[in-house]
Parts: sequence; structure tokens; C-alpha cells
Amino acid sequence: MSAPQWNNKVVKWVDDRLPVISMLHHSAYEYPTPKNLSYMWNFGSLAGFVLVTMILTGIFLVMNYTPHTSMAFESVERIMRDVNHGWLIRYIHMNGASMFFICVFIHIFRGLYYGSYKAPREMLWWIGILILLAMMATAFMGYVLPWGQMSFWGATVITNLFSAFPIIGDPLVTWLWGGFSVDNPTLNRFFSLHYLMPFVILGLVVLHVWALHSVRSNNPTGVEIKTPQDSIPFHPYYTIKDLFGLGVFLIFFCAFVFFAPDYLGHPDNYIPANPLVTPPHIVPEWYFLPFYAILRSIDFTILGIPAKLLGVLAMFASIVILFVIPWLDTSKVRSSKFRPVYKWFFWLFVIDTFILGYCGAKAPDDYFMGIPGLKVIVMGQLSTLYYFVHFLVVMPLVGKLERTKPLPASISESVLKEGANA
Amino acid sequence: MRKFALTAIAAAFAVTAFTGTAARAAGDTPVPAAQDWSWQGLFGTYDRAQLQRGFQVYKNVCAGCHSLRFIAFRNLEGIGFNEDQIKAIAAEYDIEDGPNDDGDMFTRPGKPSDYFPSPFPNEKAAAASNGGAIPPDLSLMTKARVAGPDYVFALLTGYEEEAPEGFDLSDGKSYNHYFPGHQISMAPPLYDEAVEYSDGTPATLEQHSRDVVAFLNWTAQPELEARKELGLQVILFLIVLTAMLYALKRKIWRDIEH
Repeated sequence: MSAPQWNNKVVKWVDDRLPVISMLHHSAYEYPTPKNLSYMWNFGSLAGFVLVTMILTGIFLVMNYTPHTSMAFESVERIMRDVNHGWLIRYIHMNGASMFFICVFIHIFRGLYYGSYKAPREMLWWIGILILLAMMATAFMGYVLPWGQMSFWGATVITNLFSAFPIIGDPLVTWLWGGFSVDNPTLNRFFSLHYLMPFVILGLVVLHVWALHSVRSNNPTGVEIKTPQDSIPFHPYYTIKDLFGLGVFLIFFCAFVFFAPDYLGHPDNYIPANPLVTPPHIVPEWYFLPFYAILRSIDFTILGIPAKLLGVLAMFASIVILFVIPWLDTSKVRSSKFRPVYKWFFWLFVIDTFILGYCGAKAPDDYFMGIPGLKVIVMGQLSTLYYFVHFLVVMPLVGKLERTKPLPASISESVLKEGANA
Repeated sequence: MRKFALTAIAAAFAVTAFTGTAARAAGDTPVPAAQDWSWQGLFGTYDRAQLQRGFQVYKNVCAGCHSLRFIAFRNLEGIGFNEDQIKAIAAEYDIEDGPNDDGDMFTRPGKPSDYFPSPFPNEKAAAASNGGAIPPDLSLMTKARVAGPDYVFALLTGYEEEAPEGFDLSDGKSYNHYFPGHQISMAPPLYDEAVEYSDGTPATLEQHSRDVVAFLNWTAQPELEARKELGLQVILFLIVLTAMLYALKRKIWRDIEH
């Protein structure tokens, strides 16, 4: 991995003074990558692609958007009707948010399944969680900008959560709003932050990739690269594999943009914001539904702590807990492929998050999937319980008690064995 | 490739499982029956004659109470009117303009660049004339309701002259099967022969409703035809590109055990 020799004089001149070309060569060309990565490893680069898409479409949207309560909704409709291809740019941006979360959720589940959070990848994992948090803040504030009914009421409900904190709660909410209700100052600051945050995410992504390249990619076996036979250079092998994945992903993305652009949104956001009319059901965008379900499922007090505060704490804890899973998981084996017991718990956890998402979308008093007697709120509570049990009980215990399958001696050995079995 | 297919299916499942549940309406109101609309499907387009009939219904009936504030007369080109027709339609409207050099507001005939004027000067006036209810703007109506076109159609054809026995209907309200709570401030707006069609289409309540929903879907999504046309080209291109990338991937990886 010595520095490459550049034949082109201009390239050499630049590289001798600032080794940016060597750096790119090192990290996007010769970066030694495990040869056995599955298609589950495509979603990181896809998420990066969506981030860039969101920033670019966002910059063009801002050129025609007006962040004022009396004009925001109208300016969005102007983009949809009068700006050349404005509908295309806005629909890409609108659906891009969902695509970003789809990629990132799959990316996170992949990390959970293959133990990508374990030593020495803790920092890499942490930065990823920070990216998730920054994405959630960005998406929430972006959803407020069109100033439709769901924008306004979603902003009201979510900002009000902070009022749950004792003593500082109410002043904090007033401070967040810039007034005594969600109003123009709120819209203005959300706009400002919505433009800022993507660049924060971009910075975090640089750190994420930096951390990745110093500890190297995990792989389906969870066994580290040991010999040169275990890895292949990133280019051309993974550039082409990522490009093929990108093609498939773009077909999926474009199917929404061109043929079902409003499918992932809520119709109420095509009604202009009205502080005097509350929508019958205030629901967040789909990617927040599991967290919303956790928030709502706490409808009881413990030790005098009010339910609302507990709900808020549980919701934040559901993400913060991810920071400590490198230590909660006691197993010596990374990949669930070799963990016959934990594997099932992993899939149970995945199903659990889907159930939480379903519960978040429904009114608490509805019946869960129409099953008589089973209220959504109860199902939400059970799923919330399992969510935390998975991390706090299952992960430490199964790691200790489980008899794992024998690990392959190396990546290349496992590849050859699978090849022989196929 | 099998792993890849599984990944793709998982992704698709994730999306539909979450969102299908998010959009469903709750309550005791029946789900509007799904209608056949000309703009549905990959190749769906608007029927210009139908849009023009729907415009006639809007102009002669709905416009009495409902504004259409995101639509300018010039936009009517999209439903097949030519420049002269648009000028003539615009000129039928009085538009408030000004102030002039004397500082006075004045009215003048509409121009293609003007937007459809609101039937009421402000929301208070709208509420005062309608028993306290504000007739909503219709520009985005079919996008602003779950299953919008089906819902608006069901609403327009879902009135009952008499409320069912035991239902306490307030004064000045009408009973509608599809309106949440069943009490709607809008009296039945359409009936057989509410407007006379010049193209010989039978002027039934159902036909009027169907036509005006088509028109309102155009006001909500005027870009629909351009969007689907471009979408087909983009996706066709992507399929070819992706197939080529897959072939290239196979070729590059041919000698790698993985």
C-alpha cells in the first residue's frame, strides 16, 4: 500500500503538494474490501447517494421557497406548478427522505445482524447513530416547511414533548418556538436548521467513512481480513457492484417519484396549516412511527414520574441504547450466521419494530389488526417492552449462554467452502 | 442474485407494511368505492373533453362558494382551451385591481394571467354566508383527502334527502354517507341536469360528479401527464442501464471466488 507513482505531471505536481489524489486512490480504489460482502452491504453507499441527492434538490428548492407562514404553502405550490420541472425536484426531495430512511434502516439492521458494532468498530457505530439522530432532526424540520396541517400539528406535538421535563420544560418549549406557539419564528428557525443539518450529516459521513477505512469493513462471516486472499480492491469490484445496486434502487425510487409521489405522505399536508383546526389523527411520517409508538405506549406513572416524561425518555432511550450495545452484546462471535439462537431473536426484534410501526400509525383505542380485545395501545406496550428486553436481557444473556457454530478460519476459506457446497 | 432478490423484497415489504397502515382512514364512515379514472395506471391520461365538462360544472355550480386559488386562467390551456378561448373565459370575470394613480381600487375584466377570483372577499364573509362553515378551496382537494378522487365522487353522490331515523341532524345541515360525522354544511350541490353539456353527454348527477372530480384532479395534479410520460422514459432507461451494469458486474467478478 505504498503511495502510487503518478505519471501525469499535473497530477504529480498537485499530489506532491496536497496528497488528495493519493488519498482518493487509497480509499476509493485500492481499499482492501472483504471479497464476500453480500448485497446487504450496498445500503451504505446508497444512503450516501441519497444524501447527495437530497442536498442538491434541496438547494434548488430553496431558490423558490419562502419561509413565511403566509407564503410557505403557496411557494411550494408555485414550485409544483410554475417552476420548470419543480414538481420533479420537489417529489424527488419529498420521497428522497423516505428512501434515505429505508437505506439507513436496512443498513442498521445489517449492522445488528452481523455484529458490525463490536470491537474494533464501536466508534464507527457511534458515528452512525449520530447520523441517524441528525437525520431524524433534519427530516422532522423539513416536514414542517411546506406548512400544511400535518407540518403544523406535527411540529406542535413533537416540540411540546420537551414540556415534559420538569421545571425547564415550559421555558424550553417557548425558547424552541421563539414565541408562545408554533408560528413564524419557529418556521424560520426550522428552515435555517434544515439547511444546516445536511452539511452536519455530510461531515459525520466523512468521519463514518474515515472510521470505516481504518477498521475495515465487516463481512457476513464476521471474521476479520487476515491474508491478502481474503480481500479484493474496492475498485473495480465494489464500484461496479454498488453501481448495479444503485440502478436497482433508482428504479424503486423513481417508481415512487413518477407514479406514486404522494403515497408515502399524508393527504392532510395538502391542507394549509390552520392553528384553529386540529386534524382528527396526527401521525408522523412512516419512518418515525416505531418511535412514536414507544412514546405513546407509556400511559402510566412510575414513582411519581408523569407518563408523558416517561414516554419521552423511553423514546430517546430507544435510540440512545444503541450506543451501548457493543457492551451489552456479550457474544464473542460477531455474525449471527454462527449464532443459532441469537439469530431468531434478531428476526423477532425486526418483527417487533414493524409491529411498533403499525401501532404508531393507529389510534391507541383501535384494535390491533382488527383482533377483538387486543387494543393497539396494549400491543404497543408489549412491543416496547420487547424492544428494550432485546437489548437489555436477550443480548447479554444469549451471548453468554449460546453455543455458537464453529467459525471459518478465514474469509477465503468460508468462500471456498460455500462454493464447494453450491 | 438470490440474496439480492431477498434484499429487494425486504425493502419493498418495509415500505408497504408501514405506509399502508398510515394512510387508512378510521371511523364509521364507509370506505368510498374505488372508481375507474382515466388517469390511473402507468399510461393513464386525462380526457380533455371530460376536463372541460368538469370545468363547466365547477364554473356554474361549485364556483359559487368554492375558490380555486392556485389556478390561473392561463392554466386552462392544460385542459385543451386555446388562447382565444382562455381570453374569452377570463374576460367573463371581474377582477379587482389597483390601486390606480388616484389611489383607488377598480375592477376590470380578467386576463389570462389572473387567478380564479375567490367567491368571498375573506374567510369571515365565507363563513357568514354558509352557516359558519368555510367552503374549502378546491385546487388541491383530490390530493388532500385519503383516496381523494373516489372520496369526492362518493361525497357528491352520497347525499340522503332524509337523515336515517334516530339521527339528529342540525338545522341547515345535510346528511351525507361519506362525510365524517355524516353532517355536512354543503347542501347537495349537484343533481340531474345541473348543467347542460354541449357535447351531448347525459347530464346526470353521476356524470356531473365524475366530470368535476376529473377536473379537480387536474387542478390538483396538472403535471400528471408530463410526470408519467417522463417516468416511463426514465424507468425504461434505468432498466436497460441496470441490466448492462449487471452484465458488467458478472464479467468483472467472474474470476473471483465470493
